[in-house]
Amino acid sequence: MSEKKQQVSRRQFLNYTLTGVGGFMAAGMLAPMVRFAIDPALQPQSKGDFKAVAQVDEITNEPQRFDWTIDQTDAWYESEVTKSAWVYKQEDGSILALSPVCKHLGCVVSWQGNSDYPEQFFCPCHDGRYYKSGENVEGTPPPVGLDIYEHKIEDGTLYLGKAKPREGA
Amino acid sequence: MMQRIYDWIDERVDITPLWRDIADHEVPEHVNPAHHFSAFVYCFGGLTFFVTVIQVLSGMFLTMYYVPDIENAWKSVYYLQTEVAHGQIVRGMHHWGASVVIVMLFLHTLRVFFQGAYKKPRELNWMVGVMIFFVMLGLGLTGYLLPWDNKAYFATQVTLEIAEGVPFIGEATKTLLAGDAEIVGAQTLTRFFAIHVFFLPAALFLLMGIHFIMIRKQGISGPL
Ligand code: HEM
Ligand code: FES
Repeated sequence: MSEKKQQVSRRQFLNYTLTGVGGFMAAGMLAPMVRFAIDPALQPQSKGDFKAVAQVDEITNEPQRFDWTIDQTDAWYESEVTKSAWVYKQEDGSILALSPVCKHLGCVVSWQGNSDYPEQFFCPCHDGRYYKSGENVEGTPPPVGLDIYEHKIEDGTLYLGKAKPREGA
Repeated sequence: MMQRIYDWIDERVDITPLWRDIADHEVPEHVNPAHHFSAFVYCFGGLTFFVTVIQVLSGMFLTMYYVPDIENAWKSVYYLQTEVAHGQIVRGMHHWGASVVIVMLFLHTLRVFFQGAYKKPRELNWMVGVMIFFVMLGLGLTGYLLPWDNKAYFATQVTLEIAEGVPFIGEATKTLLAGDAEIVGAQTLTRFFAIHVFFLPAALFLLMGIHFIMIRKQGISGPL
């Protein structure tokens, strides 16, 4: 063993040590900064509490827009923001509350927003359309149907929670 | 793997001379602390550079959360320090680094002064060094206002009054710095932010570039 030629030359040893120590120092410096920068991606998602939105007897078979406000905390900025839903009673009497956010690229849709397409939701940004059920019309830009709000009814009042994507979307 | 990537690029664009020219030069015996321990005084320039790199990096990350607005500046600093992971560390690096960099710069200047390293042919680099020193002080001064707390506000108030004391141009200088003849407020904060984050770092990089090119050209000064 001792007669064998040295496996690591002096130059290599110095190279390894310097790279190692340098890398350790750089990592020690950068780790807190990177963790600091990616913090927003590691925050838990908001649960979305149920909010009172409408009285059940106001809801008809025709989609109507209901607005309500929520308190939003955006880092150091607190504000009230308005949310909306298109709400109606389906054939079987159950309530459907659709998110107005277009599934193409996020503009806002309205019921009968274009007189050429009565009985449909219309998005003005790229002429996206949805049937009354919120399903997307094939051949228009949106790839899937509108999100559906979780809802519950208590004492004749409709409460809406978080808008969820459809099954299979 | 790395070697092969390097070779692939080097074969095409011949990068070896580029970095050799920057990195590959002899360290004379008289500046090597392994030979004479007292040669550690030659490290202060490099340490100043090291802390400056920390300042630049931590500053860039702080601006991801900081807003230069009188309503929100303090709140954003409070938020990044108390709510964001490692915020206290990143702000701490920038906060303490701002003092350490001046200490290092001062020690470096003392070494150059007492060794007479500023003498011919290095007078120009001494002048550039003095400009770096003022830019650094400017960074510390403008950065100090940014948290927009009481200490920041009154320190800036005092600085502006000092600037106002300069004969003839004092009043105009103060107005230009503060953005308003009377108020230390919204416009002062945005100006200090722009100066702190864009103007002075740009000047600093330029001056450091000149400083280092001159050192490479002239070499380090000889033993005493
Ligand atoms: C080498 C130079 C620099 C020095 C000496 C310096 C100095 C300072 C000082 C004294 C403060 C106040 C810190 C505190 O009280 O916590 C500060 C704050 C700040 N600096 Fe710098 N700075 C430097 C470079 C930079 C650079 C290059 C950037 C950005 C690109 C930057 C961005 C900031 C920000 C956003 C703040 C406010 C956040 C806070 O107060 O914690 N700084 N700086
Ligand atoms: S965003 Fe609605 S169609 Fe493009």
